[in-house]
Amino acid sequence: MSEVRVNDFVLKIGTVNGTGSASANGLLLKALFRMGIPVTGKNLFPSNIQGLPTWYGIRVSHKGYMSRALRVDVLVAMNAQTYQRDMENLCPGGFLVYDSTWPRERELVRKDITVLGVPLAKLCNENFSDSRVRILMKNIAYVGVLAALLNIDTTILQKLIEETFASKPKLIESNMKAINLGYDYAMNNFTCPLPVRVEAMGDNSKHIMIDGNSAAALGCLYAGATVGAWYPITPSTGMMDAFKAYCKKYRIDQETGKKNYVIVQAEDELAAAGIVLGANWVGARAFTPTSGPGISLMSEFIGFAYYAEIPSVFFNVQRVGPSTGMPTRTQQCDIMMCAYASHGDTCHPMLLPANPYECFEMAVRAFDISESLQTPVFVLSDLDIGMNDWMIPELQWDDSYKPDRGKVLTSDDVDKLEKFYRYLDTDGDGIAARTLPGENPKGAYFVRGSGHNKHGMYTESSEEYKDLVDRLLVKWKTARNLVPKPVVRSARQETSIGIIAYGSSDGAVLEALDYLADMEIHADYMRVRAFPFNGEVTEFVESHETIFVVEQNRDAQLRSLLILETNTDARKLVAVLHYNGMPIPAQCVLEGICEHLQVRLVV
Amino acid sequence: MSFIRKPRIDLPNQRANAIGLLKQDYEGGMSTLCAGCGHDSITAAIVEAFWELSIPPEKVVKLSGIGCSSKTPAYFMSGAHGFNSVHGRMPSVATGAQAGNRELICIGVSGDGDSLSIGFGQFGHAVRRNLNMIYIIENNGVYGLTKGQFSAAADKGSKAKKGDINQWKNIDSVSTAISMGSSFVARSFSGDREQLVTLLKAGIMHPGCAIIDVVSPCVTFNNHPGSTKSYTYTRDHYHPASQTDFVPQANEIRASYAEGESIIVELHDGSKLLLKKTDSGYDATNRSSVMRYLEQQRARGEVVTGLLYINAELPEMHRIYRTSDTPMKDLEYEDLNPGSEELAKLQARMR
Repeated sequence: MSEVRVNDFVLKIGTVNGTGSASANGLLLKALFRMGIPVTGKNLFPSNIQGLPTWYGIRVSHKGYMSRALRVDVLVAMNAQTYQRDMENLCPGGFLVYDSTWPRERELVRKDITVLGVPLAKLCNENFSDSRVRILMKNIAYVGVLAALLNIDTTILQKLIEETFASKPKLIESNMKAINLGYDYAMNNFTCPLPVRVEAMGDNSKHIMIDGNSAAALGCLYAGATVGAWYPITPSTGMMDAFKAYCKKYRIDQETGKKNYVIVQAEDELAAAGIVLGANWVGARAFTPTSGPGISLMSEFIGFAYYAEIPSVFFNVQRVGPSTGMPTRTQQCDIMMCAYASHGDTCHPMLLPANPYECFEMAVRAFDISESLQTPVFVLSDLDIGMNDWMIPELQWDDSYKPDRGKVLTSDDVDKLEKFYRYLDTDGDGIAARTLPGENPKGAYFVRGSGHNKHGMYTESSEEYKDLVDRLLVKWKTARNLVPKPVVRSARQETSIGIIAYGSSDGAVLEALDYLADMEIHADYMRVRAFPFNGEVTEFVESHETIFVVEQNRDAQLRSLLILETNTDARKLVAVLHYNGMPIPAQCVLEGICEHLQVRLVV
Repeated sequence: MSFIRKPRIDLPNQRANAIGLLKQDYEGGMSTLCAGCGHDSITAAIVEAFWELSIPPEKVVKLSGIGCSSKTPAYFMSGAHGFNSVHGRMPSVATGAQAGNRELICIGVSGDGDSLSIGFGQFGHAVRRNLNMIYIIENNGVYGLTKGQFSAAADKGSKAKKGDINQWKNIDSVSTAISMGSSFVARSFSGDREQLVTLLKAGIMHPGCAIIDVVSPCVTFNNHPGSTKSYTYTRDHYHPASQTDFVPQANEIRASYAEGESIIVELHDGSKLLLKKTDSGYDATNRSSVMRYLEQQRARGEVVTGLLYINAELPEMHRIYRTSDTPMKDLEYEDLNPGSEELAKLQARMR
């Protein structure tokens, strides 16, 4: 007998990639969102274009948990190749929906689940003539089936379809027909709704559904970035696609049709980095989205930008490494590489968004920090944040915002100087003023990656070299106070246990904290949001006896960074790791902590 | 890259150009290259070309990669911003600079080591984008700073200073650029100042990527008998295919020039290039005949010089992108940011 689970379950849909299931899944997700239920959608897809298995998981959680849940309550198996695996993944009491047009193999049985066959292909073949339309409509038809089984509001589905195809009324008709085919079949043949179902709850009108790549691109648009250079790489590609779409909408001069942006698809990541440096050097805000392998290739220029002090913003949407790794799986595996990217003594500010909301905010902030400090800045998201559908509070924009362009001297400023020296720190914050090419011959200077002194001249003098790299350390101290502070959530009662996490591990920790509290285990939680670590991070580390550092990589990279940069006793930092390429579930955090504390976990 | 400040010597009776600047105003720091290096002659030709065209130095950006050639932007136009980038990557930085400020006059100085090996890809893509710049390859066939290894431009059979014979076919920047669809390809010789200055002026005014390969002998490592990049060899095999005159916008072309055996190429600003045909009937606007001619002369071991190919109609990067006339860096933030109201509207569709 299945337990009743209202607004608290996981629905998974297994399809073949390239069959157009994304729009059907998006429809489901938005319908649930509009019913006021907290919801997230996660893709699990192959590094392939067509023909391989792909899954979409929707977690419905009235408590608002956003991390990946390990259970699967309802599974729509549209892919015969994966029936067996899909069926095995269902939790006891779960429901398997499959296309019963063709008979299932006999061995595919499980006594503790309910199997619901719907002849989706047959229904679509009888009702649609075009073969491509038949395939697409089969997907829309399972949305109809699920609407009946899960109690999804069909008027919302209809409205969504009408909005999507507002300009193509014929498609509204065919999509609704497919919805009804599925819906009617389920209503006539099964007891609807299932014990696992939804009910309209709160109000999501102050929230939106968005992926991190789109949100980061929107941040670049609002930051006033005008030059984007990139080389396509999964999972960051969507970011430039989105930037391009936003630019087409907002950055084309209505009168002339000319563009107020330049997007260069470079020949490789090395060139993309060079383009970003060149554009920032002349005074345009420029960025590049990439992923781990791209950062490896860009590292030479990153070191150059650090030493020659050129603002530049690098978005690293992390994927599984090392090497090519698993391009369509997620990890937090580049934090160590980005912190010190390139040869020689280098260190770089990193911003660590935990969700699309912060991708937007931090994208804007990254440009400000990069231009104030005149140094490369990384924004590290990952595939989970970048490519999955997140429910986040509505993005806010303050119209009084002005970009912080840092210390840039105008032509008039330069005229007032007796002489301009590019690398002279007159304010004691480690940051020297720069000039822009094209303006004043008196402000001209020579950018070089070779040894240079504070006057901007070439040098091989030991003293002058040291003088300059020591100033960069002063700048690094200034950076500590510029980067976002951590978010700390204190336990209900005083505790010596701390948890540190960052980025997309946040959801799993927040959920685990509730389960831990139920077990009377209390922990303070700090989410690190930037590197270099500011004073608050050091304080948190110092004020707890046992600190669990939760992250999604094999080598406990944040833990290493904390040891390196805070001089803390390494023994009190306990690594809790998840690195199989799937987004970290709360269970992993819970188990890691309980195991260390030698507490028996009662599930 | 050592740097020695150059003492300024104001000579009497110096001529000022149209914007009132003397030739010295286009000079840079003292060169630290070997005495007699071909690169220094090219630097002098660059100074002359920019001075003659009366271009304000601050409107120029000078970029380079790594190597002897890439040191030279420090030796001319100290009133222009310079960018000595990483090995072989000058074109990408130039692309960014052009993307950010299309009004800048961009001169890139590279070498055969910098552009034909590590930077071969970026060289190709600067050509492919027809990036509006002058791209100089100071070609001496060797790696100087690391003491005389062959570069990819060294001819097969050419002899190194220590006696090694090069076994590898060379990569020829000129025919490579033409076959990649370049809009402007020239070759010159550091020893022919007059031709070089004219070609540089034509390249500066050309609205696209002007590739100028300049044979520039390395006096220390590649100027011996048996080398095909020495002063002697180049002088002996020097073969101008056409003679080019640069005619500024304000000047009229004298009729005696234009008749019959000349081709006139008009540039976007109204200035003209006059390509005088030599006996061979060389036509720099006909790609297939140019390629045939170059192949013929290559087989004879000739160093063909002059403006070898031009297509002034090929659109440069910004024309293809349809970029705003205002440089990106000068756009007002208010025009770039859609504001809170638009953000709210946009998000209405994300529910």
